[in-house]
Amino acid sequence: MSSKRGGFSVRGVREWLEAPAASVAERGGKLNVLRGAVARVTTPLLPDDYLHLANPLWSARELRGRIVDVRKETADSATLVIKPGWGFDFKYQPGQYIGIGVLIDGRWHWRSYSLTCPPNWSDPEAGGKRVISIAVKAMPEGFLSSHLVSGVPVGTVVRLAAPQGGFVLPYPPPEKVLFLTAGSGITPVLAMLRAMDRREMVTDVQHLHSARTAEDVMFGAELRDLHDRHPSFTSHLHLTGEHGKFALSDLDEKFPDWRERHTWACGPAAMLDEIEHHWRDAGIADRLHVERFEIARTAVGEGGTVTFGKSGRTAEADGATSLLEAGESAGVQMPFGCRMGICQTCVVTLSSGYVRDLRNGDEHREGDKVQTCISAAAGDCTLDV
Amino acid sequence: MAITDIQAFSHLTAADIETLGQELDSIRRSVEQSRGERDAKYIRRTIAAQRGLEVAGRAVLFGSRNRWAWLTGTALLSVAKIIENMELGHNVGHGQWDWMNDPEIHSSSWEWDMTGPSSQWRRAHNYSHHTYTNVLGKDEDLGFGILRMTRDEPWRPVHLVQPLANVVLAATFEWGIALHDWSIEKELLGTPPGLMSEPNREFGRKIARQVAKDFLFYPALTGPAFKQTLKANLTANFVRNLWAYAVIFCGHFPDGAEKFTVEQLEGETSGEWYLRQMLGSANFKAGPAMAFMSGNLCYQIEHHLFPDLPSNRYSEIAVRVRELCDKYDLPYTTGSLGKQYLLAFRTIHKLALPDRLLKATADNAPETSSERKFAGITLPSLPSSDTVHWLGIDPETGQRRGLRSAMREAKVVLKEKARQEKEMLREAKRALREKAEHEKDVLREATHALQDRARHEQASLRRKAARRQALWRGRQHRSN
Ligand code: FES
Repeated sequence: MSSKRGGFSVRGVREWLEAPAASVAERGGKLNVLRGAVARVTTPLLPDDYLHLANPLWSARELRGRIVDVRKETADSATLVIKPGWGFDFKYQPGQYIGIGVLIDGRWHWRSYSLTCPPNWSDPEAGGKRVISIAVKAMPEGFLSSHLVSGVPVGTVVRLAAPQGGFVLPYPPPEKVLFLTAGSGITPVLAMLRAMDRREMVTDVQHLHSARTAEDVMFGAELRDLHDRHPSFTSHLHLTGEHGKFALSDLDEKFPDWRERHTWACGPAAMLDEIEHHWRDAGIADRLHVERFEIARTAVGEGGTVTFGKSGRTAEADGATSLLEAGESAGVQMPFGCRMGICQTCVVTLSSGYVRDLRNGDEHREGDKVQTCISAAAGDCTLDV
Repeated sequence: MAITDIQAFSHLTAADIETLGQELDSIRRSVEQSRGERDAKYIRRTIAAQRGLEVAGRAVLFGSRNRWAWLTGTALLSVAKIIENMELGHNVGHGQWDWMNDPEIHSSSWEWDMTGPSSQWRRAHNYSHHTYTNVLGKDEDLGFGILRMTRDEPWRPVHLVQPLANVVLAATFEWGIALHDWSIEKELLGTPPGLMSEPNREFGRKIARQVAKDFLFYPALTGPAFKQTLKANLTANFVRNLWAYAVIFCGHFPDGAEKFTVEQLEGETSGEWYLRQMLGSANFKAGPAMAFMSGNLCYQIEHHLFPDLPSNRYSEIAVRVRELCDKYDLPYTTGSLGKQYLLAFRTIHKLALPDRLLKATADNAPETSSERKFAGITLPSLPSSDTVHWLGIDPETGQRRGLRSAMREAKVVLKEKARQEKEMLREAKRALREKAEHEKDVLREATHALQDRARHEQASLRRKAARRQALWRGRQHRSN
C-alpha cells in the first residue's frame, strides 16, 4: 500500500486496489481499479460473481461468449458466429484456434476449433459488432460436434479460451504459399485466406483441398469467389470420392515448385503423417507447418505416455496405473491426499489427450480437471503439473 | 479402547462387508450416471438465491438505524451466510459439482465466506477428516483438539473447562475451524516454523480480508449506520457459527457415532472403509427446508459414504442406504436435531470429568463402544457368547443377524445382567440387615440380662445395707 520510502503513493494505492482483479488485469485496463475496489467488499467473491448472474458474458473468472448466428455450410457442417464477452483479445493470428465449452445436460464439454475469421473481424450480419467465427463439422459419434452443427440455438452462452496455437500465417505472408487441406482441415487455412484477402495481400498461393464429394466441400463458394477475384490465388479441389486420395507423388506434376513454397497442411492425422514424411525426405521440413486437430480417436485406448507439462517429465503408464502413481514413479511432485478419490486434493488439469476414470470408466479429455489418483491414461496425454 | 476390528464389531463376515461395499458402489454409479441438467440447475439456482439474499441483506442494512431494517437485514444476511457456508462452500469444496466442468463452480477454485482459506480447509477436512473419519489420533475433527469427546482420550485437568470451551467454540466456530485447519495444513506440509511461511501468509491474508469486509468496509459504506451495520454483521456471523456448529456436532458426536483405532486402518478394505463411515456418522431428521439449510448434512451418513456426490441427491441416497442397513442388520443412527444435540451435549459435559467419576468404559460407553462390548456375555439367541456364531443368516427368519440385533440383544442382556446384579445386591443387603437385626436382638438380650443382674445386685446391696443399719441402730440402743 505504501511506497518503499514508507509514504503513500498513488501508484501503491492503485496497485492495492487492483490486486483482487489482477488475474484479469490485461483484460480490464482502468476498469480494474474499480473492480478491485468493489472486490474489497465482495470478498471472497469478485464483483463479476454477482454481475455474471445478470449477464453471463461479464464473468471474469473465464472468458464467455454468446452464439449470435449458426450458418449451415454443408449437410454436416456449420459456422458458428460468437460474440465474445468482456476481455476477449481480438488481436489473434489467422490460423489459431480457440477453446470452446458448451453446456449439455448440465455439463460443460470442452473442444478446440480453429477460428475461421480474420483478426479484428466485424460481421455486417451481426450488426457490425466485433465477433469471431468457427466452423464445426459433425463427426460420426462426435457427440459435441453434432450438437453444435444441428442443435445449438442462437443465444447460447459458451465458455471460451483465448486464441492460441502456432499454426499461423506470418505477416507479411511469404511470396509463395501452398495450402494442403482435407475435410474440416480447411478451417484454419480459410482464416489465413480471409486475412490475406482483407489485407489485400494475396501472394502467390496454391490451395489444394480434398473432400469426398463436391457437396462435402466447406466454403466452396467462397473459395471459388476468392479464386475469381485474385489472379494470384488458385483453388484446386480434389474429390476423393471420384479420384481416390491425393497422391503426394503427383505434387511434382501439379505444383512443380512445391519445394520452394511455404506449406501449411491441415487434415486427418494419416494425411499429415504422410506429408511430414514427404517433406522430410525432400529435406525441406522447415518449410512445412502442420496442424493436428486432436489426437485421433483411434489413439484412445488403454495406457499411453503421460507427459507432465510443468516439469517436462514423462512416464509410460498402462491402463490400470493411476496418473498419480505414474507421476510419482517419474519423480514428479504430484499433489495428493486420500488416494482413493474422495478428497479432490489431487485434481489437475488435463491439457491434452484422454484419461479414463478407473471407478466408472468415464472418459475425460483436454480441458477437464481430473483426479489423478483414480484416473489412468487412455492414450497419450499431458497433465498440467 | 474404541473399535479395533470392524468386522468383529459389525458382526458381518468379510464376504458380507465386500458385497455391502459393492452395493454402495452401485449406488454411487447410478447417481453418477444420472447427474445432469436437473442437478446443475439446482446448484445454479442455489447460488443465485444465495447471492440475491446477500445483496438484499446488505442493501437493507443501509437503513439499519431503523430497528426493523436492522432485524430484516441481519436475518437475510444470516440466512445468506448459512447457505453460503453449508450448501455452497462445504459442498462445492468437496467436489460435488466438479462433474459439471464449470470453472466457476469447482472445488479447486471456490473460496468461501469464512475466516480460514478454503484450500486449507479442504486439506484438513476432505483429506484428514474424511479419509480417517473417527480414527483416534488421525481424525483431528474428533473434538477439534479442544474437547474430549470420547473416553478413549485420557482425561487431563484442562478438560474441566470443557463446558465453557464448548460455548466458546460454538460462538466462534469459524475461527475454531480456521485455526484448526491452519495447524493441520502446516503439519501436512511439514512447514518450518518461520513466521512468513506460505500457509501463514495465506491464512493472514484471508483473515485480513474477511475481517476488513464485515467489520470495516461494509459498516463504513453505510456511513452513519456504521455501528448498527457492524453489529448486524457480527450477529450474522454469530448465527451462522452457531448453526454450523450445531450441524457438525449433530453429525458426529451423538451416541452411536462410533470411534476407531489405528489398528482398524491397517489393511482396511474398501468395504470396511464404507462401513467405518457409516458407523462413524450420525444423521438428524430434517424436512426439506432444514435439510437445505444444513447443506444436506442432516444426511451426514450419506455424506460420509459419498462426500463428492451432489448434496441434492442425499435424500434419495438415504432411502437406499437405510435399505442396506436393514438388509445387513446394521444400525442407522438418527434422531431429531434436539435429541442428537442433547446427546452430544451430554457427552461434552460428562467427559469433562475424570474417568474415576465415570461408570462405563471405552468399550461400552454411549459415545464409544468396541467389539469387546460383546465379549463375556451370552446373547439369548445364541448357544454361546462367541461372536463367530453370529455370522451369517438366521435360519428361522432368513434375516442376516448383524450389529443391530447384537446391540439390541446385548442391551437386553446387559440390562438383565444389571438387574440380576442389583437383585443380588438387594438380597445381600437384606441378609446383612437381618444379621444386623439379629445381632441387635442378641445385644439387647445381653443388655437386659446385665441390667437385671445389676438391678439384682443393687437390691441385694440395698438389703445388706438395711441389715447393717438395723444392726447399728440396735447396738446404739443397747449402749444407751
Ligand atoms: S488424492 Fe484424494 S481424490 Fe485423489
